Amino acid sequence: MARVGVFVCWCGSNIARTVDVQRVAEAAGRIPGVVFATDYKYMCSEPGQTMVQDAIRDHRLDRVVVASCSPRLHEPTFQRCISEAGLNPYMVEMANIREHCSWVHQDKDAATEKAIDLVRMAVAKARRDFPLFRNEIPITKRALVIGGGVAGIQAALDIADAGYPVTLVERTPSIGGRMAQYDKTFPTLDCAACILTPKMVDCASHPNITILTYAEVEEVTGFVGNFNVRIRKKARGVDMEKCTGCGVCYSKCPVKVPNEFEEGMGERRAIYVPFPQAVPNVPVIDREHCRLNNDLKCGVCQKLCPTGAIAYDQQDEVVTEQFGAIVVATGFRMWDHSQIGEYGYGSIPDVISGLQFERLMNASGPTEGKIVRPSDHKPPKTVVFVACVGSRSENHGHEYCSKVCCMYTAKHALLLKEKYPDTQSYVFYMDIRANGKGYEEFVRRTIEEYGANYIRGRVSRIYRHGDKVVVKGADTLLGRPVEIEADMVVLATAMEPQDDAKDLARKLGISTDQHNWFSEAHPKLKPVEVLSSGIFLAGACQYPKDIPDTVAQASGAASKVAGLFSKPHLLSEPMIASVREEDCAACGQCVQVCPFSAIELVELNGRNGASRRAARVNEGLCHGCGTCVAGCRGSCIDLRGFTNAQVLSEIDALALA
Amino acid sequence: MQDNRAYAYYPGCSLHATAKEYDLSARAVCAALGVELREVPGWNCCGASSAHGRDHLLSTTLAARNLALVEEMGLEEVAVPCAACFNRLAVAGHELREDASLADAVRNVLERPLQGSAKARALLDVVARDVGTERIRDAVRRPLEGLKVACYYGCLLVRPPRALETDERVEDPQSLDELVRAMGGEPVEWPHKTECCGAALSLTRTDVVRRLSADILKMARDCGADCIVCACPLCMTNLDMRQGEALKAAGERFRIPVLYFTELMALAMGIPDAERWLKMHFVDASAVARRESAAAQSTEAQQ
Repeated sequence: MARVGVFVCWCGSNIARTVDVQRVAEAAGRIPGVVFATDYKYMCSEPGQTMVQDAIRDHRLDRVVVASCSPRLHEPTFQRCISEAGLNPYMVEMANIREHCSWVHQDKDAATEKAIDLVRMAVAKARRDFPLFRNEIPITKRALVIGGGVAGIQAALDIADAGYPVTLVERTPSIGGRMAQYDKTFPTLDCAACILTPKMVDCASHPNITILTYAEVEEVTGFVGNFNVRIRKKARGVDMEKCTGCGVCYSKCPVKVPNEFEEGMGERRAIYVPFPQAVPNVPVIDREHCRLNNDLKCGVCQKLCPTGAIAYDQQDEVVTEQFGAIVVATGFRMWDHSQIGEYGYGSIPDVISGLQFERLMNASGPTEGKIVRPSDHKPPKTVVFVACVGSRSENHGHEYCSKVCCMYTAKHALLLKEKYPDTQSYVFYMDIRANGKGYEEFVRRTIEEYGANYIRGRVSRIYRHGDKVVVKGADTLLGRPVEIEADMVVLATAMEPQDDAKDLARKLGISTDQHNWFSEAHPKLKPVEVLSSGIFLAGACQYPKDIPDTVAQASGAASKVAGLFSKPHLLSEPMIASVREEDCAACGQCVQVCPFSAIELVELNGRNGASRRAARVNEGLCHGCGTCVAGCRGSCIDLRGFTNAQVLSEIDALALA
Repeated sequence: MQDNRAYAYYPGCSLHATAKEYDLSARAVCAALGVELREVPGWNCCGASSAHGRDHLLSTTLAARNLALVEEMGLEEVAVPCAACFNRLAVAGHELREDASLADAVRNVLERPLQGSAKARALLDVVARDVGTERIRDAVRRPLEGLKVACYYGCLLVRPPRALETDERVEDPQSLDELVRAMGGEPVEWPHKTECCGAALSLTRTDVVRRLSADILKMARDCGADCIVCACPLCMTNLDMRQGEALKAAGERFRIPVLYFTELMALAMGIPDAERWLKMHFVDASAVARRESAAAQSTEAQQ
């Protein structure tokens, strides 16, 4: 026979003002199974906890009900308290008579009656409590970082520096990401390559880091501490062991292809490294464009390679590796402005994206840093910058702010003037959002010292007229239309998630928002975690971020990984679903409804050697949400600590009162 | 391609008055192409200009009555030459399909059945898409060789795209360009296809109309057009009747002929009355006819 003790808390006056706590304790004493009931001013305080522990000993209590605040607040406190007194920590129930009662009612009599009902329900549940135990789960202390931009690079370096091995998977031929494309960085104007390439080299030489470029994650199974990840290493066509990076192959390749790294403005060959500082400095054969692959005669690169590294017949290689934690750092892409009819559907050559302008300014870009118009290669005199192109626009499907455009537009205007003092720039903006360290000062400098003409308003039309590009818009501060005959227009286009972000989210079992940005576990208090444990976010795959925010979050993700790996093993949460396999009909409903893919159907040895199937819960993956319990047709799944019998007895206690 | 079929025809007030040549040319061209137009008996104002600025229910009901009359004719589609009339009838039809309570309110006022089945179609769309460029190419007797045409759609033919249920690129529509190409003409690349001419401000803010129309006229000239082709009586008024004063205010001396697309078609198809309609314009458009016949003669001479 269960021996329940009930402890009613005043919470100072928080509860006692609205609930007659003494009456609740007296009523609790009369509930069958309760052998001791009392009240106290602060049950969570040291004397309050001692009172509980003394009562356990003096009255031989084997389970406890604390009537106080939400279990979110003090369930762990009282679990610790009773386990110090020798009880299993899961033998305590909380009756929430504060948030669910005293704080939301005024009528003291009615509130007291409700508090008594809540206690009665908790006692009914406590009588059916049984001890639960946590299991130890081993951890594979290796991390996977998906995406080799600055976020992935920083996360990999930090985890590796903490002493754990890291595999960095990047799908393009080189690590470096977007930042490798940038010219200078706001607000300090240090060159992006100068601060990024050392980090890329560090990654390559770090003994704890393995870089897999031209590789993609295909499948992720398992759970925190023990993920199994299938990675496809795409055939490079070049033997990484033999290649010395001399570059003869791509200097002689006869095929020219628009260069993705130069945002389509330059050309690369069919065998190429994306940019000179690429890591690894090993070319890739683009099979879509290689002549040999298109049944044409060639083989030039193979003939010229001094080390015989060219391997046309190389095949994709698929490996499966184990990891304990995963950092997702897959970044973003730029929205394509050819969808905007008012701006010419992308058909005006001198209307370019901010990223293209970035390449034009870059000393290693297609024009070696000379800013010229794509149409006639003449330097522009008047340049119009348009902010918020596609961002903050319901029409174009991005209600959000892309966050970095205000700053890089100011940077573009400043650098343009610095390089070519006789140019004039105009910036159309909606609001200037310069909320970072040194950002506002930077924008002011662009306006006041570099003479950029900031016009608050939207651009309604951009069209060609002769060799000019006419920009029509509104100056909403002066309240009148503006028309500028420009030589070049730079659009700060919206940032978007990668087009396959949703696919990756599905592989990882993590969620996305309506735009397909990856969702964090809590917008304020868990900005690095996702709802599935062991997976962390870094950089702009979560939401548009600038470099400092990206690096900060990447280091945050890395420290989360290091924290996870610093433990000898993981403890499983015992409040999870369990299947009574003898009753299971293997209908598979639970498998379908489980949001964490934690249930599978397994073969059991049945009677007389016949085999049968039943559902089984993976204890590492189960979050104890209870969806399968509700979905089970045969009621043969129970949530430990919240069994069907416990929940029904609570309802009975309320109904029969 | 569609077989010959009948459309209800809603001329609207302009085509019975200032845009008589649009009406005459539309009927002649459609007859020649085998498109049967049946004028809606007892049609009323489409609800444009004054009505839709003042009272939504009134303007919707005015349009809805016309649509109801089309239903009573047993026809599915009504061809509308005037861009503003088309816009009113199409937007009203869309709203009536989307908003059941509005449809009930309108039926209440109308006191006649209204299923919402009748669909408004721009005459330009009927000609360019239903008849199709292939049949038009076959019907051309005097190709518009060498004629550079600024295709001017104006603001109401393609906007708002959601309500008009059009597949045209809103800022760069193509149907008129395709039509001109099918007749052997050369549509010029120009950015002002859908710029506003000033529309109904013609009487109240003539200064605005002069400026906007001059912008369009100058751009057409700058892009090398011999003429402008439009599909709207109000655009015609602003670009043709006000051309002199607009260009004078802009300090320009040139003139550029403006034609309804149906007039240009009539010229290309060799419909005898075509040149007579051009005389109803303020800016002399006979050059278009002459140039076009000169080109045709040179083709004949070559043959």
